[in-house]
Amino acid sequence: MADTMQFDLVAPERKLASAPVTEVRIPGADGDLSAMPGHAPLITTLRPGILTVVSAAGTAEYAVTGGFAEITPESVIVLAERGMPKAELTPDVHAEMVAEARKAVEEAAPSLVDAAMKVLADMEALGTHMTL
Amino acid sequence: MPSLKDLKNRIASVKNTRKITKAMQMVAAAKLRRAQEAAEHARPYAERMNAVMTSLAASVGGSASAPRLLAGTGSDQTHLLVVMTGERGLCGGFNANIAKLARHRADELLAAGKTVKILTVGKKGRDALRRDYGQYFVGHVDLSEVKKLTYLTARGIGRDILARFDAGEFDVATIFYSVFESVISQVPTAKQVIPAQFEESEGHGSSALFDYEPSEEAILHDLLPRGVSTAIFSALLENNASFNGAQMSAMDNATRNAGDMIDKLTIEYNRSRQAAITKELIEIISGAEAL
Repeated sequence: MADTMQFDLVAPERKLASAPVTEVRIPGADGDLSAMPGHAPLITTLRPGILTVVSAAGTAEYAVTGGFAEITPESVIVLAERGMPKAELTPDVHAEMVAEARKAVEEAAPSLVDAAMKVLADMEALGTHMTL
Repeated sequence: MPSLKDLKNRIASVKNTRKITKAMQMVAAAKLRRAQEAAEHARPYAERMNAVMTSLAASVGGSASAPRLLAGTGSDQTHLLVVMTGERGLCGGFNANIAKLARHRADELLAAGKTVKILTVGKKGRDALRRDYGQYFVGHVDLSEVKKLTYLTARGIGRDILARFDAGEFDVATIFYSVFESVISQVPTAKQVIPAQFEESEGHGSSALFDYEPSEEAILHDLLPRGVSTAIFSALLENNASFNGAQMSAMDNATRNAGDMIDKLTIEYNRSRQAAITKELIEIISGAEAL
């Protein structure tokens, strides 16, 4: 088994990261999960949260919202609707995202309110987690 | 025959025009480079997105519980045409070509007895279609204030379309935009986004091995709306690159035409000037001979 796997973090507008890594911690919709080389093939959706990437060069953290991750034994590809290095997630950006999620809750169709509420809760938790 | 002064003025004015078109060409070239880069950067996301959705759709598509965004509403009576054009002109046939394609499709659908609704993105498309199809307009998205196309712009449009779909306003949505092939070739294209259509994937057989978390259907539910936004985002970027490419070649042509015109006018100016000098000489000589 190889020690590293290829990691790609892709946002709609640009590729945020692409490097060989040893571990990726992903905020999956059904709970956090950690992918290491040799992980069984898996596709999971994301909830808003912090994506942690461990590589030989150190640990990097990215804030992501929505999207999905495609995990194979050799690679992890994360497609985040919105993603940025954690340092770029300022209180302002976070407040904007929370406001957007809140609006989505208000506008959501009855069947989707729960899902929207969850996104909002996750979004707020993300802020608490980072002590913004 | 225009006087020397008139000719001089015209030459000066054409020279000014040439300067402007030259500047516009250079601006378009710079913007084109950026637009191409943006389109390039957006490609990996769209490609992965498509690949995953294709494999998901293949495994879920057949079942009765497939999402409506994939399976459709079961009817194709009402069509929404999303016509995406530029906000500005001076770009050759760019806007006209997209409008022509949309017009063609609208006529076909109307002839087949379908209901047509038109959503325009970009001012030029609205202007081009307003006279003949004004009664079918259901909305317009103005991008003239948007300096830089971001995914959020596309998501806004995508949500608007999805909200209309959920409200049962239409059954099939098609976007019209221009695919950027090269500076001299932009191909107007129609692409159906709702219900989602996927190209036959080549050799994607390994996808069946994936585990899905939560379920395949839940993921598909989550992804399809994003897929619509992504398709619109790619279309916007392609369109932007096409627009700048079209404008660049249009302005290149204009600059060259202005150059030709200046040459012609300069020759005419020189001829008239020499004619005037010759005339004066003849007058002086004949005056001297008469003495």
